[in-house]
Amino acid sequence: MIVRPYGDTTGDGMVQLSFTLPLEHSKVAEGAAEQLARKMGMEPAMVVHARPVGEGFTFFVVYGRVHHLVDTSQVEVVERDYPLLTPAEVNAEVKRGLRRRLVVVGACIGTDAHTVGIDAILNIKGFAGEKGLEYYRELKVVNLGAQVSVPELVRAAQDEGADAVLVSQVVTQRDAHLLNTREMSAAFREAFPDERRPLLVVGGPRFDEKAAAELGVDRVFSRGTTPGEVASFLVHRLTEKETA
Amino acid sequence: MSAPAPRRLLDLPVDQVDRARDLAARAGQPIVDLARRHTTVSVERATLRLAGLGGSDPDGIPWVNRLTDAVRADLHDDGGLAHGVSLPVWDALVRGEAEDLATLAQKAGAGSVRFRVPAGEDARRAGEAARAAVGAGVRRLDERRAERERLVAEVGDAPRKPWIYLIVATGDIHEDIPQAQAAARAGADVIAVIRSTGQSLLDYVPEGATREGFAGTYATQENFRLMRAALDETSRELGRYVRLTNYASGLCMPEIAALAGLERLDMMLNDSMYGILFRDINPVRTFVDQRFSRQVHARAGIIINTGEDNYLTTADAVEAAHTVTTSQLLNEFFAREAGLEDWQLGLGHAFEIDPAVPESFRLELAHALLARELFPDAPLKWMPPTRHMTGDVFRGYLLDGFFNLAGALTGQGILLVGMMTEAVVTPWLSDRDLALQNVRYVLDSAGNLHEDFVPAPGGLIHRRAREVLGESVGLLERIVDEGLLAAIADGTFGLMKRPADRGRGLDGVAEKAEGYVNPATELLEGGQP
Repeated sequence: MIVRPYGDTTGDGMVQLSFTLPLEHSKVAEGAAEQLARKMGMEPAMVVHARPVGEGFTFFVVYGRVHHLVDTSQVEVVERDYPLLTPAEVNAEVKRGLRRRLVVVGACIGTDAHTVGIDAILNIKGFAGEKGLEYYRELKVVNLGAQVSVPELVRAAQDEGADAVLVSQVVTQRDAHLLNTREMSAAFREAFPDERRPLLVVGGPRFDEKAAAELGVDRVFSRGTTPGEVASFLVHRLTEKETA
Repeated sequence: MSAPAPRRLLDLPVDQVDRARDLAARAGQPIVDLARRHTTVSVERATLRLAGLGGSDPDGIPWVNRLTDAVRADLHDDGGLAHGVSLPVWDALVRGEAEDLATLAQKAGAGSVRFRVPAGEDARRAGEAARAAVGAGVRRLDERRAERERLVAEVGDAPRKPWIYLIVATGDIHEDIPQAQAAARAGADVIAVIRSTGQSLLDYVPEGATREGFAGTYATQENFRLMRAALDETSRELGRYVRLTNYASGLCMPEIAALAGLERLDMMLNDSMYGILFRDINPVRTFVDQRFSRQVHARAGIIINTGEDNYLTTADAVEAAHTVTTSQLLNEFFAREAGLEDWQLGLGHAFEIDPAVPESFRLELAHALLARELFPDAPLKWMPPTRHMTGDVFRGYLLDGFFNLAGALTGQGILLVGMMTEAVVTPWLSDRDLALQNVRYVLDSAGNLHEDFVPAPGGLIHRRAREVLGESVGLLERIVDEGLLAAIADGTFGLMKRPADRGRGLDGVAEKAEGYVNPATELLEGGQP
């Protein structure tokens, strides 16, 4: 399908944009804002709001029309390639496929202290109305919490006999989330032979779901992922592996 | 104009309030006794800092760490730190091992001095010398406090309550300074410099002016000094004293508290349980460090901010509302025990109820008023929504407006400015400007609306406040029964399970021996210079 943005009429292409320029507020500054919007493809561009912010800065809101078309057939996304199961189905599937409880070890690694992501997936409290993995009878969940070092995580995975390792990364300054993830996947590849390596899953609001291979993990989950999706994925990959 | 805090709007049952305080004291007292029986590496290092020892070796390890570690190693067979560092250190100085503390630390680092636990007359002389040296540091805290009071009188105070609290966090102190000054000019009454992620887990305080940090700037004595000097300049320019905040919580709570007092910071984040729950720091270590650090804050005239808002980032804000109240009561007990006065208790709470919950705003008002009425003389730190900020910045701006309105209606003392880009990016220049416009519009347009805001007796706000207080009393009863350490171990707060024999920093805790001496504790508890 070919589409363009919708303001109030099909095909009008209207978008809004806001930004700050390091200029004192003046006619020239407003002209500069309009020029930027035009260079970004807005034509015509209307500077609807300009306000001095601090010393030597001006904040702008710009509305305008873009003429670009987007083709949905050209969009690349990671579609869910596993069936979404209910907790009861997950439990049944683990029983059938593994004949034991599936062990999940989770942590925030590096200096990241934001456990909100891992807790949303693991804590019984859950997220978005879904209970976390601790609620699943057939899953054994070990949540190591925040600021866990990679060697500690590897050791815990060995001690617990983890089938899957879930890592959450929220802090992204200087690409810390990517560096930490690569360090983690390299350590697991070194510590485990391929066929015994736990499934590596990483999640956080700033991850690109397409980057799994590049980061050396089995799956990347991004913003808005629910515990049910993660549980379904684990079961899909781990019981499939075991029965194959 | 300062708006009087609304009083007795909730008609809380007095016996229930008294019972809650009594239970908090019973839950807290065993922890205070535990704290009195122990010392930690950070308490000892803070004592050395008060005696004037600063700086670090060429590898960046602070001299207070080198000296404390050397004493501890030498006295390994006498219980390590069980006697404290003061007697062994000043004994060495009295014996003429070095002419001053800094030289002694260097010699200790090089292994060219041996420490012992002095006895008899030697112990008396060492104790006297230690008291003189540490006493000078405590007097310095007093001077900085008097200086603050003088400056506030001279240049003027924040024009209204709540104080508007804004955060800067670039990682580079030289970038933070102009941002902080700009924020103050734009209306901030309080500037907080967020610390680098992970500093709370460092068992030393970094040195010098720092230009690299992760999601924040390192708390160092030099960074404190630079920022306070810059804000003094801005305070004079604006005709109102702009307060500076940093974070004590973590493994170095006592030392950071000492540095904050010495550099005239005005507020410090200092929660009794935050380090345990959210940083997995050992509970005993935390409670010992917390007590000492709060004694220092009390002396330095610093307002503490507690961290109850954090519980609601991991637990549901309606279901867990009573854990916030419970923690506030415990924080109050520990704070008063450490010598803090009510005006120094910035007890925390937050606007974190899921906006999809029916009547969420009425529930927020009930919770905010409950805190206001339970702690009528505490400034209260009111934290903006974070958990339900989704990335929809337009909706987030509205939510922040309601947060500001709740703050204005319920007489909160310190209002942390919410950013519509919470959970999206660290605040941009324009985000901060929009956020301040939001605050100013709400506070100015609401004016003294709190005078007209009288919740109906028997209405939802009354009922909800009583319900939360009742649940809090129930929880405190359970905590008194099983003990606070056991309650923390089984996940009562923020759903985190933290056993007392686990967690970081436990190896830095020592049970005090007979004859333990710490002049700082003596001076801070005695209240005399």
